[in-house]
Amino acid sequence: MSQPDLIIHDEKDNVGVVVIETTKKGQECNAWIMENDKSIKVNSTNAVPLGHKIALKDLKEGDTILKYGHDIGKVVKSIKKGEHVHVHNVKTKKW
Amino acid sequence: MEIPKSFLGYKRENGRAGTRNHVIILPVDDISNACAEAVSNNIKGTIALPHSYGRLQFGADLELHFRTMIGTGKNPNVAAVIVIGIEPKWTKRIVDEIAKTGKPVEGFHIERTGDIGTIMKASKKAQEFSQWASEKQREECPLSDLWISVKCGESDTTSGLASNPTVGNLMEKLEPFGVHLCFGETSELTGAETVCATRGATPEAKDKFMKTWNAYNDFILKEATDDLSESQPTAGNIAGGLTTIEEKAFGNFQKIGNLKFIDVLEPAEEPKKGKGLYFMDTSSAAAECVTLQAAGGFNIHLFPTGQGNIIGNPIEPVVKLTANPLTAKLMKEHVDCDVSKILSREMNLSQAGDELIKETLRVANGRLTCAEALGHKEFVMTKLYRSA
Repeated sequence: MSQPDLIIHDEKDNVGVVVIETTKKGQECNAWIMENDKSIKVNSTNAVPLGHKIALKDLKEGDTILKYGHDIGKVVKSIKKGEHVHVHNVKTKKW
Repeated sequence: MEIPKSFLGYKRENGRAGTRNHVIILPVDDISNACAEAVSNNIKGTIALPHSYGRLQFGADLELHFRTMIGTGKNPNVAAVIVIGIEPKWTKRIVDEIAKTGKPVEGFHIERTGDIGTIMKASKKAQEFSQWASEKQREECPLSDLWISVKCGESDTTSGLASNPTVGNLMEKLEPFGVHLCFGETSELTGAETVCATRGATPEAKDKFMKTWNAYNDFILKEATDDLSESQPTAGNIAGGLTTIEEKAFGNFQKIGNLKFIDVLEPAEEPKKGKGLYFMDTSSAAAECVTLQAAGGFNIHLFPTGQGNIIGNPIEPVVKLTANPLTAKLMKEHVDCDVSKILSREMNLSQAGDELIKETLRVANGRLTCAEALGHKEFVMTKLYRSA
């Protein structure tokens, strides 16, 4: 059981959460998928702090962000795999 | 882990049990705060619960005010109550309802007497109550005497990953012992509302939940000037990595584990359907929510936090847990239970749930929470609309 750098809730998710203090630019991250206990590797494009999300695939405007296997918002600015996902490129579908 | 079958609590006249033994001085309205605080200054072992409202309210808002006042007095963590209001009628209404529990309660009104005379009369009675309550002993109580409420705050993504699921794990393990459980935060289920509705144990519970959420959402759509982006998620949530209300809601929802809720409660309403999980329609602001749950009769609270909410409550002990290793390190004095090792996989969810059960029982048995030791006693009334 190695310490993960990222945790992914559900196999369907297209984002993972940083669980170390920060990733380093270009770091190859160990990502643990909680749902099925599998692990994958993702390169972190930027330094991303604890608790923030990293894209697990390329995403374009209008795409849906999936976390917990559920819809948590829409992409408003295209995102490349490994990039930081947050309020600058994702917005709520509510309100 | 074998779960203990009992805790040490204060048995009350109506058959409930308290985890605390407070004598409270309860002002009916804002202008009676000074009097209530003077009494609690005079008499050791009492605590005043000042607040901002109680005048010219009407309709559902006034009913909620009464329900909160009465429920706070009836809570089994309260041994005895002094009620102080400006006028006799509303004061008496609150006293009469609290008296139905069988606990000592006495009301005083200030009109035609003034503060000083009222303080003297109320202080004499408060001294009597305080000395009487000080002789109460903790006795063995079954686990089913625990009424546990939950609410998360200053959440971040670690809340949804670990601290909220830890609370869910505790719920799954304690529900078979016949405890009452309660979650709330109507607004912060937005985005997860349809998934939450599927957790209603009956069609009635599902329907009641969706009606409650829709009423809230209609209100937001009517009042919001732009969107809620300055409020939901909060700046603290965003700093912690939460991007949207939907993401926050699915994290929030982890607190109930795999349980189903048997009924939907009005704010501050006492559950009437026996043991099990209830949803209460509450504000998502921490102090408002816990105040309403305490008024519903819940006697111990679990509060997962990400970035470090510091809330406490005057009558219901608030046990705080976090999975954020930075919060656990930088705000250590606020953290009763550190479950950050879940993120490094040095601890699994079930182990974290066991740790939280142990801490919850220690607090139920009398250990002061961090918030109690630090003097947090936020008592905040929920107001529904403008006064008349």
